[in-house]
Amino acid sequence: MEFGPIISAMRRNKVGAILIAVQMAITLAIMCNALFIIEQRVALSKRPTGADEPNVLIIQNNQWVGNAPDASARLQGDLAALRSLPGVQDAFATNSFPMSGGGSTTGLSLHPNQKDPTAIAAVYFGDGHAIAGFGLKLVAGRNFNSGDVVDKLGYTDLKSPTGIIVTRVLADKLFPDGNAVGQSIYDEARHGQTPIIGIVDRLQVPWVSAAGWGSKFNDSSIIEPFNLVSMYPYNYIVHAQPGQMSAVLQAAPKKLFDVSRARVIQRTLTMTDARADAYKNDKGLVVILGVVCVALLAVTAFGIVGLTSYWVAQRRRQIGIRRALGATRNAIVQYFQTENLLIAGAGAAIGVALAVSLNLWMVNAFAMQRLHTGYALIGAIVVMILGQAAVLWPALKAASIPPALATRAA
Amino acid sequence: MFNYYVGLAVRSLKRNIVLTVLMIAAIGVGIGASMTTLTVFRAMDRDPIPQKSRQLFAVQIDNWGPNSGGVVTGDAEHFQEQISYIDANGLMNARAAHRQSAMYVTGAALTPSNPDLLPFQVQIRATYTDFFAMFDTPFLMGAPWSAADDNGRAEVVVISHELNDKIFGGANSIGKTVNLDNHEYRVVGVMGLWDPIPKYYDLNNNAYGKSAEIYLPFTRAIEGQMPSWGNNNCNGNVGEPGWAGRLRSECVWLQFWAELPTAADVEHYRTFLNNYASDQQRTGRFSWPAHTRIRDVREWLVYQHAVQDEVRILVLVSFSFLLVCLLNAMGLMLAKIMGRAGDIGVRRALGASRRAIFGQCLIEAGVIGLAGGLLGLLLTGLGLMGLRSLLSEEVSRLTHFSPSDITIAVILAVVATTLAGLYPTWRAAQVQPAWQLKAQ
Repeated sequence: MEFGPIISAMRRNKVGAILIAVQMAITLAIMCNALFIIEQRVALSKRPTGADEPNVLIIQNNQWVGNAPDASARLQGDLAALRSLPGVQDAFATNSFPMSGGGSTTGLSLHPNQKDPTAIAAVYFGDGHAIAGFGLKLVAGRNFNSGDVVDKLGYTDLKSPTGIIVTRVLADKLFPDGNAVGQSIYDEARHGQTPIIGIVDRLQVPWVSAAGWGSKFNDSSIIEPFNLVSMYPYNYIVHAQPGQMSAVLQAAPKKLFDVSRARVIQRTLTMTDARADAYKNDKGLVVILGVVCVALLAVTAFGIVGLTSYWVAQRRRQIGIRRALGATRNAIVQYFQTENLLIAGAGAAIGVALAVSLNLWMVNAFAMQRLHTGYALIGAIVVMILGQAAVLWPALKAASIPPALATRAA
Repeated sequence: MFNYYVGLAVRSLKRNIVLTVLMIAAIGVGIGASMTTLTVFRAMDRDPIPQKSRQLFAVQIDNWGPNSGGVVTGDAEHFQEQISYIDANGLMNARAAHRQSAMYVTGAALTPSNPDLLPFQVQIRATYTDFFAMFDTPFLMGAPWSAADDNGRAEVVVISHELNDKIFGGANSIGKTVNLDNHEYRVVGVMGLWDPIPKYYDLNNNAYGKSAEIYLPFTRAIEGQMPSWGNNNCNGNVGEPGWAGRLRSECVWLQFWAELPTAADVEHYRTFLNNYASDQQRTGRFSWPAHTRIRDVREWLVYQHAVQDEVRILVLVSFSFLLVCLLNAMGLMLAKIMGRAGDIGVRRALGASRRAIFGQCLIEAGVIGLAGGLLGLLLTGLGLMGLRSLLSEEVSRLTHFSPSDITIAVILAVVATTLAGLYPTWRAAQVQPAWQLKAQ
């Protein structure tokens, strides 16, 4: 293919060619950064909690009216009622749950009076039913027994837990040698020693935002053998037998109101609902960026069609002459395709540079991760294919210009 | 002349309907996307209290010191956004500002007087009477409680308009009581609609959430041991157990605002705060020199990153998209105008000046921009509806299109399109009449 005539023709249409190249460059830069964000957010929203999500439901923010002096007995009564419901595997009471967006953290240290703790962990309260209630997997050590569990009278009750269960990730961080069970750690809040009695495979922290609180210790959680008995609202976690979810979802809150009406329950939801809520904005961002990408590609494609059509119209006579002088239809189509390839190639080159700098800026401004170069290359290929596809229709129209036109006009 | 050119522009646009539709669609889509995100961004970035945002100050006192965990050496700006009870008490007793209030978020179970209704949860803000005057909260009925109520730990409440509708059917409830956790509180005021977004006076706790349904005296809440439902940060030093222990601890969990009307007041308060912190050093509570800050509402919103990164990313993406759309329209306009070089040549030969050609083409660009802007408005409406269905309730609260947004959309479309039309128009004005006539 002869580039000479194409380039000299482009020189006479500099601005149009530059406009298309710049459009393609920006399209490429935005598209690959958007795809990168989309991929990250999708991965984020798929992180497992460690719970048996399809079969777990949450009775969120149960609160007694007034400062009930018998709150401890009421809590036990509720738990007994829930555990006896048909279709329920187990149930327990806790301060928080994964993806709830609210909870407590504590710093864990290996030595007393460490300035900065060795690890930060989310704190869940629960009794010996917590592991079965969430459907977690105990991988080392033991579960709480009834002697471990005591009432905690609000967050200003600072008694030390008799022992804690930690997640595997946290255990490995605290004790890389793998001998966490039986070791003791210092909880920042109490400055007392607490032994690790068990390890669960996984239990996600309550916070799920991409770069917010919790993002740096996503799988570092501990379970403390407490029942929260105070004016604070707390949650009941109910583990249904497979297939019994919808029945339990109906029956559980009804049962609790049968036990006592002097209470408030904020809402009852499944863990699947909790996931949809927690990642709603991430999903929304994914959809919006996806729509913008498609719109960008469409606008750029139509722009190419429009401008190339104009060029074809402008060069009707020249094309006629070329055809009269023996150029085949293929040669005409190829001319416009090569022309577009040159423009798109330039646009893609600028676009890759632009994409990388845009990403670097976002790394600084938004604590984003670095873009994989693969994205930029895929983007470049997509933009070039788009150009070829968009130019095809005007190019075919050009090829259909009859050679006779050259002799007839003027 | 202007009207004539507008007429000409419309006729010219009709002649090449495909290019015209492409241009208007490109601009409309670009405006729609950018205005959708800009609306959300403007709602987040908006000054929530423009008449006073330079007079209201959030107070920060460093009660943990430079050697506590998490302190970045050399960064004197980032430290506790909330204050401890000890300091809240100290500042309230000093009353060194024109108005001031410590506050925190709590909650309770409200039992309606109608026994058929179940109790429900209400969000409560415990604060001082100055809160209402400081933040210019409207009152539908009644008034704030008095300073005497603050001192006397009175069982009084101000309730929201919404709650008044819910439990009193919208009737005048002044003097009636509400039952919170088995305590009766007397209603002294019903607020008008007041729900600032973001909730600038407490950005630590659900910044885009709803404002409280009930306001009651801070002193009453402390006396009633109503626990904080918001962020409590003890940074590894929780102090003694129990409520009294929490009040004596260095845990931070309270917001503190001061109203300082003049620059002199601001300076005076800065000095006062530093003196207060120095006193704490002298008495041995702090082992470091005074480290305090006051920031006004605008500074506070920036400091606390009130605008979410996701929204910034969307604004960036959508405005780049608008740029692509404009480049696109520019290319198409160029094609369209150059396709009419013959006509322009004839007009020039018949005596039209370059300026006249320039003006005519620019008006054509403006007409395209206007049409694109109107289409963009429609798409913005659709876009915001889409956002409401896609995003959480907190963000959805930010998707209301205001009249100023409509103006911005149309002006943005016309100005941007006209700017994009400058080059093609300039090219049109350069058309040589003789050359064009010869070519015919």
